[in-house]
Amino acid sequence: MNTNKLTSKEEQKTSMSKLKRLLVRFKNFIGLIISNKAAFVGLIIVMLIVIVAILNSIFGKLMLPYDPFTGDLSKSLQSPSSAHFFGTDEQGRDIFSRVIDGTKISLRVGVISVAIALSVGTVVGSVCGYFGGKLDMFLMRIMDIVLAFPSLLLAIAFMSALGRGLDKAVIAISIVTIPEYARIVRGCVLSVRESEYVQAAKAIGNNEFAIIFKHVLPNILSPIIVRATLGVSGAILDAAALGFLGLGVQPPLAEWGTMLGAGRSYFFNAPYIILFPGLAITITVLAFNLFGDGLRDALDPKLNA
Amino acid sequence: MDKLMEVKNLKKYFNVGSSGFFQKPNYVQAVDDVTFDIYKGETLGIVGESGCGKSTMGRLLVTLLDSTSGEILFEGKEVNAIRKNNRKDISKNIQIIFQDPYASLNPRMTIGDIIREPMKINGIATGDELEKKLDILLEQVGLASYHKDRYPHEFSGGQRQRVGIARAISVNPKLIVCDEAVSALDVSIQAQILNLLSDLQKELGFTYLFIAHGLNVVKHISDRVGVMYLGKLVEIATVDNLYSTPMHPYTRALLSAIPIPNPEKKKERIILTGDVPSPINPPAGCRFHTRCPECMDICKQTEPPLVELQTGHNVACHLYDKK
Amino acid sequence: MLLDIKNLKTEFKTKKGIVAAVNGVDFSVDKGEVVAIVGESGSGKSVTSLSLMRLLAKTDNTKVTGEALFKGENLLDKSEKEMQKMRGKQLSMIFQEPMTSLNPVFTIGRQISEAVIKHDGATKKAARERSIEMLRLVGIPSPETRVDNYPHQLSGGMRQRVMIAMALSCSPELLIADEPTTALDVTIQAQILELMLELKEKLGTAILLITHDLGVVAEVADKVVVMYCGKVVEKAAVLDIFKAPKHPYTIGLLNSIPKIDENEERLFIIPGTVPNPLNLPSGCAFRDRCPNCLEKCKTDEPPLINLGEREVRCFLYEKENHANG
Repeated sequence: MNTNKLTSKEEQKTSMSKLKRLLVRFKNFIGLIISNKAAFVGLIIVMLIVIVAILNSIFGKLMLPYDPFTGDLSKSLQSPSSAHFFGTDEQGRDIFSRVIDGTKISLRVGVISVAIALSVGTVVGSVCGYFGGKLDMFLMRIMDIVLAFPSLLLAIAFMSALGRGLDKAVIAISIVTIPEYARIVRGCVLSVRESEYVQAAKAIGNNEFAIIFKHVLPNILSPIIVRATLGVSGAILDAAALGFLGLGVQPPLAEWGTMLGAGRSYFFNAPYIILFPGLAITITVLAFNLFGDGLRDALDPKLNA
Repeated sequence: MDKLMEVKNLKKYFNVGSSGFFQKPNYVQAVDDVTFDIYKGETLGIVGESGCGKSTMGRLLVTLLDSTSGEILFEGKEVNAIRKNNRKDISKNIQIIFQDPYASLNPRMTIGDIIREPMKINGIATGDELEKKLDILLEQVGLASYHKDRYPHEFSGGQRQRVGIARAISVNPKLIVCDEAVSALDVSIQAQILNLLSDLQKELGFTYLFIAHGLNVVKHISDRVGVMYLGKLVEIATVDNLYSTPMHPYTRALLSAIPIPNPEKKKERIILTGDVPSPINPPAGCRFHTRCPECMDICKQTEPPLVELQTGHNVACHLYDKK
Repeated sequence: MLLDIKNLKTEFKTKKGIVAAVNGVDFSVDKGEVVAIVGESGSGKSVTSLSLMRLLAKTDNTKVTGEALFKGENLLDKSEKEMQKMRGKQLSMIFQEPMTSLNPVFTIGRQISEAVIKHDGATKKAARERSIEMLRLVGIPSPETRVDNYPHQLSGGMRQRVMIAMALSCSPELLIADEPTTALDVTIQAQILELMLELKEKLGTAILLITHDLGVVAEVADKVVVMYCGKVVEKAAVLDIFKAPKHPYTIGLLNSIPKIDENEERLFIIPGTVPNPLNLPSGCAFRDRCPNCLEKCKTDEPPLINLGEREVRCFLYEKENHANG
């Protein structure tokens, strides 16, 4: 048996512990993100937004210069100044505080709706892709029907049935985006299903669900993660659109889209009411998109050595 | 000798759709009415060129594919019945080593996890005992313990194939199907892996079904060899008999086609004319008749049955019809 | 000499360092001769042929140096335009995978005609006639109908014949065949090899055959060049290589082939694996796997030693060096 042994001093020297190797892989990954300037900027901004949202959730009003919900009517419609960075709105509320407060709302809507849509979409997509047959046909036709409607209109339709409110908005947006994730997952599962390592997993005695969870899903993570990151920005936009139309978040909660909608009539004399929430939406969406693109490049195995 | 596996009239047809809306569907007759036995402890080699159905047959025996008709008996019991009853009764007893070392290992799992998995699923060992077994297995296939936290892409083709072997033998199966297990490797690595498989068989008593497209590779490791052509088993014999007195014209052509690494041995080569026919529409009668240098009229009409010409030497060819 | 390669070096710059895939290779091909380059994966044999045909992507990370003299002219000095005039006309190449080497959206007749029209300035009609003639030459039945087939309508063996027809349509003097039969079944391989020998007789084409299959080499080659880790380790006539191989790698390679006409219990193996090209050992690249490794082999790189009609890169034969007299 010894003649078959591969001994090499080199190999022994380079043996590393599992943790160390994980760290090396992570370092390489971060390096790739950093080398892509746009993605790096996106990552920084996303991190900043997330930090702000987390701090805001913990400390609430305490970290804000003013109470975002109560306004001083005597100070309404004031231009940006050193006292009020972004000015005040029609009810005398400080826009800066409201914009900051709205960060956590938008982020929550974005992340939670993506999480729900991703989970449901993954289950549907995996089952359809792996088992095929009549189940696949049936479920994917339902997905196609949902996809056939413009997502925003469908979301509005759901809202009219469900009623207004932040949680209802999350549900509506989730339902509307499930089919996209189902499609991506199904496609990936199809491409991986016939691989020899999946056949091998079957041969050693795994049942179908073990195969899907242990072998198929981990190997199709990359395109799904990228899609999910980009999905967050889409969900934030959808939430803002619903808010703008007066659905979704209800006053006095400060949500960027709702602020846009409410400030519409003051566009000409107090454009800052719309400007700052609008900028917030734009920067957030842009940051997630840039980061998502960078993530896609970093996770692409062809570019990654 | 005990029969470990009996294959009876095995058929596997793949539906590839129809040529028109109202047409009958087309089938690829990948494996067509194949019958043979595998004896305990032997290595049965199966050889054939692309499209002959050998890989499909290998997968049918491991129950990765369902047969269209026919029986596969493992220790007297039908394999699909065994599988329906308890999947693990199959995976504990019949295993497979795949051809492509680059595709048969999950790229996201360490090789330690890849080899532990079958042992965990089939209840072979747990905890410390599992780790001990893992170390032993790694050593048996010529790898080292410190390899277990590494990923497949860090290894060469030959080393990956060793991982595949360790995975297959980890559950101590009775039968191992080697589906072109060395075809994708360089010649010098092929030799290493063939020796390894041989040594493991001597030490641990496996029965092998060794599928290959090279008659030279199969000769070295097999006790008996079967030759397949377009889904049919055309000849099966002990390795000595097949190579010294090949009876089927296709076997003879196959043997003669192998380039010998010896420029002085210029031999009379049987060069077959034409290409391998499509398995969707195989020729009538004997499937080999379109390329056979000895084709007779009867060959174009009637399929020759597989008959025993000498003890243990079966051939399907009208040349040997009793007059 | 039709083709004379002198000190050919091809280096690729990678993130982890420079890889010299071809590291100082010399050999020659005479008119009408079949020379086989033999080696396993990583030996640099394919990169050699791509380098001399100038088919490697022209990036900053690729550097090809040395001389590739074709009929006295250095191919490496030529401009892309000049090379395009020569490819297909004076030297042609066929590849391993006939499916991906043929354009799936053009008929095979059109693909064969392309070379004839471009290099010989033939009319479409004349080119079509030539295509049919070539198809007949390479043994494709009913060439008048087959000429309008698409690649997917042909089998692997037939597609490889079409590739050969394409390569020989303008009667080049040198045909480079990169693993032409590796992807084919054994019986089809036999057909293709016989065809190549036939064509060599009929058209007088020299063939540079790249392969890892020593059986194929024994069948068709006149001269053999053995490569390991980017260097030539042995060069000899085919009979000499098989009867009396000199380099330990060649000996090991020959011994590890399972032979159909011999009964062996265990196959001989070359221990260890091919070294990582980014981390080649000092001295001889084969030292860690060589049963005859000397102290010298670990520090100095052996030069190609001239033994008269053959050459070996191994210190074991230092004393026999004819060049030293």
